[in-house]
Amino acid sequence: MLAGRHGPAVRWALDFQVRVGTFFGATRMVPVSSAHVAADVGLTGDAGLEFVERLVEQGARVRVPAVTDPRSVDFDHYREFGQPEAHVAKERRLVEALTKMGMLPCHTCINYQTVTPPRFGEHLGWGDTGSVIFANSVAGARSNFEGGPAAVAAALTGRVPAYGFHLPEQRRATFVVEVRDRPTEWADWGALGCWIGRRVTSYWEVPALVVPDTDPSVDDLKHLGAALASYGSMAMFHLVGVTPEAPTLDVATGGREPARRLVVEPGALAEVYASFRPEHAQIDLVVFTAPQLSLLEVQTIVERLDGRRVAPSTRLILTVNHQVRAEAERFGYVGQIERAGGLVLAGVCFYVMTPEILREVNGYRTILTNSAKLANIIAGSGYNPILRRLDVCLDAAVRGRLDA
Amino acid sequence: MTMATATAVLAGPAGVGGPVEGEALVSTQGFNARYDLDRTRGVFSRPAHDLYGQSCAGKIVVFATAKGGIATSWALLDLKARGLAPAALIFRETNPVMVQGAVLADIPLVHRLDPDPVTTIRTGDWVRVVPEAGRVEILRRDGARGKTW
Repeated sequence: MLAGRHGPAVRWALDFQVRVGTFFGATRMVPVSSAHVAADVGLTGDAGLEFVERLVEQGARVRVPAVTDPRSVDFDHYREFGQPEAHVAKERRLVEALTKMGMLPCHTCINYQTVTPPRFGEHLGWGDTGSVIFANSVAGARSNFEGGPAAVAAALTGRVPAYGFHLPEQRRATFVVEVRDRPTEWADWGALGCWIGRRVTSYWEVPALVVPDTDPSVDDLKHLGAALASYGSMAMFHLVGVTPEAPTLDVATGGREPARRLVVEPGALAEVYASFRPEHAQIDLVVFTAPQLSLLEVQTIVERLDGRRVAPSTRLILTVNHQVRAEAERFGYVGQIERAGGLVLAGVCFYVMTPEILREVNGYRTILTNSAKLANIIAGSGYNPILRRLDVCLDAAVRGRLDA
Repeated sequence: MTMATATAVLAGPAGVGGPVEGEALVSTQGFNARYDLDRTRGVFSRPAHDLYGQSCAGKIVVFATAKGGIATSWALLDLKARGLAPAALIFRETNPVMVQGAVLADIPLVHRLDPDPVTTIRTGDWVRVVPEAGRVEILRRDGARGKTW
């Protein structure tokens, strides 16, 4: 491959992987069963778009199933948000190039729930931080954060350098989090991830959470992982008695004494919510996204909304992938959200939808969400994010206001 | 070839990229090329960042950590294409996404140096980075006088 017998694209890919792997002390490559490629045109810029198109001209073809991460544009709805045609045209070019390489243009960050569910012990070349932490933690599969170009390389060579979370020693818990405040819904698990990530931020740290008598859903764990990755840059967690590499705390730590122990006291999650302060009562946006919603999340939102209409001054947005959207349409959920005045966008995630442009064009400022990850990232784009539980978000959407 | 005698040498594992010299810009904070930088100007744009308002273009930038998600893996190439990329990146401790971005953009990067680069190197120092040897040399201590080039 390095000699170029498989073409210049594969030679680039392997050379890239050898450089990155050598930096982190990898001495070998491991085959991966799939790649997950984060490359929207907001991320890649013009330079990245042209780079991907050049690979296609060089005959780049995927060797393993490769799934794309969300786009910055819902091609059926971008006009309603005032996204510029020039940006949309570039996003179309990028989709075309990735598809020509043989990637599946699913545009999803919940590939682990819909397209390529991970298996215990399998090696992956995945690139969305939320999908990587889910695969490592909940399934016991093995992946580093393979950012866009690294996931493209993994798709082209069918392997990745074996360092970091591909190795058993990196997967052991480095610290313990004793949780005495009980998480009861998705937003609470995200708030818990936020609480931990605000105190420990490192790719190389792995928390072992001890939560008494807990029985979290897959969607709970998805919000926990997404928040840990977003606030703490972490790629793996253990939940003792729940995740597969943590039947006991002792197994999770590999028998080593953890470097530190954090305690989440009762009231800690309420403090996380209180740390997100609305500048004023008027709510511009209520957004359920980051990660894209599962069908069960959409169902719950529709049921809790219960036929109520969203206030005219507030925009309600749900983001899903195309698979979930198709089922949500079939079940009538999309129609119910639209009749309530909301929108169900497909193949996007809100924070990659050119949020600065959306803010400038539409005058958005206050954004209410149950996603701790969104509340973290969107602040960097000039929004006033407010993290709250689902029912608080829905009531505010109906009233158009969030009163303290 | 510059043959200035180094006033201090920092050593660590081999990095990526080729040797380079330049003026240092030092942060005690983390770095994310998407959320800390205005990519059209190469200027630190997040008000809470300690390099807020400064340009990274052509500088050898020193950070404590690499932060956040996967955006940096593409962002450094975009900066490079606009002529706004740093000449090299030095971290106390970095992460895979930052290294992926640096390799794609061909920007030299080293980390895990002894002594600690964040406290040893000062903004304004003239430094040489030799990634293959895992070495950073402080050639002129201009940072001590607070001078900027």
